[in-house]
This record gives sequence, structure tokens and C-alpha cells, in this order.
Amino acid sequence: MSELDIVGPQLAILLAAGAVLVWDALLPSQRKALPYIALAGILGAAIWTSTWVIRGDFQTAFDGTFAIDQYAVFFQYVFAGITAIVVIASIDWVDRVGRRQSEYFALVLTASAGLMFLAGARDLITIFLALELSSIPQYILAGWGKDQRSSEAGMKYLLLGAIASALLLYGMALLYGFAGSTLLTDISAAISEHGADNRSLLVVASVLLIAGFGFKMAVVPFQMWVPDVYQGAPTPVAAFLSVGSKAAAFAVVMRLFFEGLGEQFLSNDWAMIFAVIAAVSMTLGNVFAIVQRDIKRMLGYSSIAQAGNFMIGLAAISIAGEHFVQGASGVLLFVAAYAFTNLGAFIAVIGISQRIGSDDIADYAGMWRRAPLLALALAFCLISLAGIPPTAGFWAKLYVFNAGIQADLVWLVIIGVLNSVVSAYYYLAVVRQMFMGEAEEEQRLAISPTVGVALGVATVGVIVFGIIPTPLVDAAREAAAIFAVS
Amino acid sequence: MLLTLLVFLPAFAGLLILLLPADRAGYSRWLALLGSLVALAISIGMFFDFQTGGGFQFVDRASWIDVGSFEIQYFLAVDGLSMPLVVLTTFLTVAAVLVSFSIEHRPRAYFACLMVLSTAVLGVFTAMDFLLFFLFWELELFPMYLLISVWGSGRREYSAMKFVLYTVAGSAFMLVAILALAFSAGTFDMEVLGTSTITTAVLPLGWVFLFLFIGFAVKLPIVPLHTWLPDAHSDAPTAVSVMLAGVLLKMGGYAIIRTCVTILPDQANDYGIWLAAIGSISVLYGAFVTFRQTDVKRLIAYSSVSHMGLVLLGIGALGTTAMVGAAYQMLAHGLITGMLFVVVGLMYERTHTREIGRLGGLARQMPLIATGLVFAGFASVGLPSLAGFIAEITVFLGAFQKHEWAVIMAIFGVVLSAGYILWTLQRVVFGPVRHEWDEADDQKHWWEHASVIGLAALVILLGVYPSLIMDMLDPAIGVVSARVAG
Repeated sequence: MSELDIVGPQLAILLAAGAVLVWDALLPSQRKALPYIALAGILGAAIWTSTWVIRGDFQTAFDGTFAIDQYAVFFQYVFAGITAIVVIASIDWVDRVGRRQSEYFALVLTASAGLMFLAGARDLITIFLALELSSIPQYILAGWGKDQRSSEAGMKYLLLGAIASALLLYGMALLYGFAGSTLLTDISAAISEHGADNRSLLVVASVLLIAGFGFKMAVVPFQMWVPDVYQGAPTPVAAFLSVGSKAAAFAVVMRLFFEGLGEQFLSNDWAMIFAVIAAVSMTLGNVFAIVQRDIKRMLGYSSIAQAGNFMIGLAAISIAGEHFVQGASGVLLFVAAYAFTNLGAFIAVIGISQRIGSDDIADYAGMWRRAPLLALALAFCLISLAGIPPTAGFWAKLYVFNAGIQADLVWLVIIGVLNSVVSAYYYLAVVRQMFMGEAEEEQRLAISPTVGVALGVATVGVIVFGIIPTPLVDAAREAAAIFAVS
Repeated sequence: MLLTLLVFLPAFAGLLILLLPADRAGYSRWLALLGSLVALAISIGMFFDFQTGGGFQFVDRASWIDVGSFEIQYFLAVDGLSMPLVVLTTFLTVAAVLVSFSIEHRPRAYFACLMVLSTAVLGVFTAMDFLLFFLFWELELFPMYLLISVWGSGRREYSAMKFVLYTVAGSAFMLVAILALAFSAGTFDMEVLGTSTITTAVLPLGWVFLFLFIGFAVKLPIVPLHTWLPDAHSDAPTAVSVMLAGVLLKMGGYAIIRTCVTILPDQANDYGIWLAAIGSISVLYGAFVTFRQTDVKRLIAYSSVSHMGLVLLGIGALGTTAMVGAAYQMLAHGLITGMLFVVVGLMYERTHTREIGRLGGLARQMPLIATGLVFAGFASVGLPSLAGFIAEITVFLGAFQKHEWAVIMAIFGVVLSAGYILWTLQRVVFGPVRHEWDEADDQKHWWEHASVIGLAALVILLGVYPSLIMDMLDPAIGVVSARVAG
């Protein structure tokens, strides 16, 4: 029982997924209730997670393959928040699509349960299973739309995802062959014992793992799918992909690399890989984002650049030392801030695009007059993505850059800040278009209340944590502290 | 609390203005005037309450974000260097509100932006926590961007974006330097940073100095980072030009003294000669380019480049006298150039042209405005008994011993300034009368002349009674130059 207690949050969500399906089969006339069942499940998960915080008695389950600790709790909250916002933002869209509503919510919930499992996974097999549990529903969701572009997006995502999984498995197989165990703690012990003699094997395994997760994190050179999938997939799904699977990949990479492969001689190698990927991702992502006309493609490229920013933090923490926790908490802070900011931006796009029937940035002209609150919220999210105060995005960037400086990665931080300048250009270009551009029509846009609620939650979070970042920073620090002892 | 009240009062007035109902939009100018006048009154009160030589005063300090080794304070204070600049800001804000009293295009948003701009600049001059300083520095961008791009003329969007990108690129370097400094010193507190000796950082300290300097030099601006200034000036509305030339450029000079020189005195010693060289090149280059201008506003903008070069020359000499001269030059230039822009703005409202070739003989048709222009022009040349003269002579006296040749070069620049100003006055104010403007109404509104008269009075006051300010500057600068001298 106690093991079921540990995975309670995940179970609550899976239970809700089942309930959604059953409800639809039994009471097809009461479809309106489906999203609220889903939300109830998410709320249950959040409450269950909170009981673990209150109990403060963190432990592992299933022979150490799964842990509930501050780190897992942090990410479970983040994923619960992401899923809740995505569900709320989807209500309107799902209603208009009309078909297979229960399946949609069930898939979102299943993917979310997979993400939550990833947060606590401490074993290669658990990691892989959780990753697939979250990925497969997302492949389906990406192809959910009726048009050809959505099908193409789903197919592309599936094929590239399969290759990534294969690479990942190969890397894991190498690690298992070396350590004789799939537990991260065992792998870590094996490496410190006789890892130095097998350095090349371990480096190859690291590279394969980075490639596999790089696909999920959407960093260069594993980013090919991003713009097409973001553009083709239904917007709520694109929002989910852009934050959920990205955040989960970072969560798992941090645990895998620091708990499993954290030995100093090895971490120097992969720190350099991370640093180079960070520099290239930021630069290419931003350069391509500038020329985009479609806002979803633009957000796609910008999310590649943002992943590069996370990577600065990853590269920084691998250079261990007393400032380790600060760097790790920087990454966590970034993950949380990015998640809500990017969700907010996508939801605003959902709200606007549904009404004007276009994703073209040029059509956002004069949005300030047509939908003032929506335009204001989108503006705040874009400003936060650009890392300009007073928003959560600023503190996130500040912490990550600070970690970079402390780890002596000054060159990387300089590339990072210069990229922030570049990114400010295209984010602010959208803001300018909305506030200065002349609208072709002056007609006010009616925004559905559910989109308004989802957007409101995300935007208020962005602003409140921009002005009072301490609670978020504290939470990130506590979550990161679990690495300090190892 | 007084300082906090002063800094946020304009922004609060701006918020009230935004909350005005649409049919009461006309009240926005009165609210703005009221807010800025109260701020002026508070700052004057503080000015006379200020204990000369008493270090930092009116301290408002609270812990804002305190997590681990990363402590950010809310810390405002003024010393002898910032006190006069604070008064200059509140004074020019009143002037800027007065010259925009007739604005009709979206007055609420306009005055709100102007008020937020005032808060940002006051924040820069009073923030004593390096990160808070940076936040205010960035905050100033938003209102400036909007003010130029919405209420500007000509290529306003291009100019506004250019202004933002130049500043943001500069502040990117600044942020790296701030983080590097804070990491090595363990604090963001500028008072502590300014009294402790920093010997190492993750970056070579010379780089830190350089990065900070780049960030501030863009604002100053120095040749060759000045090209945004003429564009911004020529497309900005009058009040924004007043604020830009009057106080925004001073943020650069102030910050160089407050941070570069005070925090890194050894590096200042190493690079002082370069600062002086760049300063005198700016003086000369600015003066030469000014000669070629045909647009009155561009002409004043380039003359600003030339005059701000003197500030850098004074700072580069690093002695008390020279730096006091530099600070005095900032005040004098703020008042004089502010006045020039006000008068040119009034002229433009009546003639609708700024082309020098199309103007002429205005002394007949609008004698009051012409008088103002002649007065401001003479002040700009550095006529004795006016503020500019005191500033220039102090800089030259202070810097001559240390950088003889730089001063000699700069003096040629000052001679040139007499040339271009007098030549311009001759073409615009005197010469044959053009009958196009026979109908022009010289004294249309009382508020237009109120700001001109106020500015002129201060220019005279600072010209005949310099010790009012000098006594305040002297001890504050003395601390800095003592640090540099070792």
C-alpha cells in the first residue's frame, strides 16, 4: 500500500483518465462535464503531492526505482499546473472540434501521468517507460486535427520520436552493460569504482542519451520537428508539447546525469557538450525565429532558443562545487517560469487565432483595440520570454546566467545575453504589431471565458513571480538541494 | 520613505491617469502636471534638507529577495552626486509635461508613459542595489519605445526600435559585468561594492570595467555608439527629446562615475586615458558632424554628442575638479539642451518645418521664441555667467594637467560649437523675413513659455551661483577620486 501511496498523484490522474472515458460511454449527453472530471483528477494529484510535502517524509518505492523527494514534488506541481492550464484552455477548442472529446482528455491525462512518473524516476527502465507513457499520447494528440498539416505533424513527431527512443535505449543499454544495473545509484557507484577505465564507453553512452533527450528538449541539432509540429498540431496540443515534454526532459536529464553520471571526470565531458548545444540552440533558434511570419512557428523556434538557455544552467551545474545548488535551482526556476510563460503565450494565440482564423503575425495588428486584455496578457508573456523585468522570465534568466558566470562559463553567458537581445527583437515585434499596428477590422473579438481563465492564471503567475520571485526561488532551491548530498 | 515616495509618485500619477474614464481624458495633463509638481516640490525639499558631505542620505532599505548567497535589496539613497540629478529630473519632467500640454492624440497613454519614464530615471539615479539599478535602467525602455513610436514623427518605429536595440545590447554586457562583480564581491549592494576592494573576479577585472562602460557609453553616447541618438531625437516628440537629452543621457555619465570609477578604481586608473581620448574624440567628431546638419533637431542631437564628450573627458581625468566639472556639465547640458529642444519644439509647432534652409528671420514674427532660442544657443556655446561656461571651464581646468592634449583637442571642439550655434542662429532667427509665417502666434499658451522661463532661470542661477551645486558635488566626488588616487 505504501508504494501505491507514493505514486498516488500519478494514480489519481490515471483514474481521472479512465473516469473520463467511462463517463462519456455512460452519459454521452453530459459531455460538458468531461474537462471538469479531468481537472478534478489533476487537483487530486496536486493535493496528494501536497500531503507528501506536509508529511515531509520523502522515500523511494519499488526497490528504489521511483522516488518522491523535493525534486519530484517540485516537478509534479509544475506538471499538474501545466496540465490543468492546458485542459482549461482546450475546453473551447475541443467543443468546436466536437468529436472524440473523452479520448482527447484521456490522452492529455495519460501523457501528464507519464510526465509525473518521469519526475521521480531513478531507474533507466522506469525512465524509459515513463517517457513512452508520456510520448505516445502526445504523438496521437499532435495528429488530432482534421487537416493534412496536423496529420503530417503527428507522423513526423512519431517517426522522429521513435528514432530518438531508439538512440536513448541504445545509450541505456550501454550503461546497463557497463554497470550491470539500471538503478541510477548503482550506475553511479559503478562509475566511481571503475569508470575511469571505460571512459570512452561512458562518453558514447552520454552522447546517445543526450541525443535521445535532446529530441524531447528540442535543442539543436535535434530540433527539426519543432516548427512543423508546432504549426501543424492543434494549438492546445502544441502548447502542451512545448512545455510539458520539454520540462520533463530537463527534469529527467538533470536527475540522470547528476545522480547517475555525476562523476567529475565524466561531467566535464558532457558539460562541454551541453555548453556547445546551448550556444548553438540559442543562436540558431533565435535567428530562425526572426524571419518567421507564422506566430506558432515563431514560438516553435523561440522554444528551441529557450531550451538553449536551460542548457546554460545544465552546463553550469556540472562544474560541481559549492555553487552547485544555485545552478540547479536556476534551471528549475527557469523550467517553471518558462512553462507558465510559454503556456500563456500559446493560450493567447489560441484565443486570438480561433477568432481571426489566422496564425499570421501580420494579422495581429491592432489587437490591442480588438481584444485589449488578451493583447496585454500576450504582451506580458512575450516580455517574459524575452527576459525583460518585471516578469518571471527575467529572474529565470538572471539565475541561469548567474550560474553560468559562477561556473566560469563567461563566453556562454555572453552568447546568452546577446541572444536575449536578438530574441527581444522578435518578441517585441509582435507586441509592436498588436499595439501600434493598424487593424483592418475594428470589430471586438469575443474571447471564450475558459481561455480567459487559463490565460489569466498563466499571466498573473508571470507577473506575480516577476515582482515577488522569492517563493518560487525558494522552492527551486529546495528541490535542487537533493543533489547537493550526492 | 521620502525617497520611495518621490521615485514612485510619478508612476502612481501615471496609473491614475490610465484609470481616467475616456470622456475625462482631458484631465490627464492636469494630473500629470500635479504629480510632477509635487515630485519637484519633494525633491527641492530634499535638496535643501540634504547634509552636504554627509554621504548617502534618505536611505530606504529592505531585503527584497534573499535566497542563499544571492541577496537583492530594495535600497534607495542619494548622495551629493545624485541629489542634483534627481532635482534635474523632476524639474525637466515638469517642463516635459508643460510642453506636451496641447497633445491630443491619446493623451492618457502619453502622460502615463511620460510619468513612468520619470520614475525609471529617478530610480536609476537613486538605486543603490546594482540589480535594482539594472531593473530601473531597463524599465526606462518601455515608455521611451512607446513615446517615440506612437507619438513621434518621420521614421518613428525605426528610430524607436534602434534606440531599444542599442540600449539592450549595451545592457546585455552590463548584466554580465554586474553578475561577475556581484559574484566575486558576494553582494549587489553598491555602497559596499564602492568601499570594498575587488581584486579578482571570474572575468578579468579590465573586462568587467569594459563591459560596464559599454553599457553606459551607449547611453552617454560616445562616438561610435552614438548613431541612435540623432534618429531618436529627430523622430521623438518635443517632450521626449527634452527628457532624452536632459536626463536619459545623464544616466550614462552618472553610472560611469557611480559604478565604473567607484567600484573599480584601479581599472579606472588604467583606462582613464582612453576615456579621456574617447571623450575628446566625441567632442571633436560631434562638433564637425553638427556643422553638416540641416535639421535643427538633428543639429542639437549631434551637439549633444559633442557636449557629452566633455563629460567623459572630465571623468577620464579622474581628479576631483575634473569629475565635478563632468557632473556639472551633465546638469548644465541637461538644462540647456532641454531648453533648446523646448524652444525648437515651439518653433516647429508654428512653422511645421525643422529644415534650417526653409527658416529665417523668425526674430520678427516670433520674438519671444527667437529670444529663447538665442539665449539657449548662447548658453550652449558656453557664454560666461551661464551654466555651460562654469561646467566647461571646470572640466578643462581639472583635466588639463592629466591629459593635456585631450583638453586641447576638446577646446577646439568648443570653439567649433560657437561656430555652428551662431551660424544656425543667424540662419534661423535673423536674416530676411519669410512671409509664410506672418500669421504665427508667438504667445499662444502660457504653459509653453512657463517651461522656457523656468529653464532659463536655472541656467542663469547655475551660471552665477555655482557653489549651490558645487558644494554638494565636491565631497561626493572627492570620495570617488580619493579611491582612485589610492
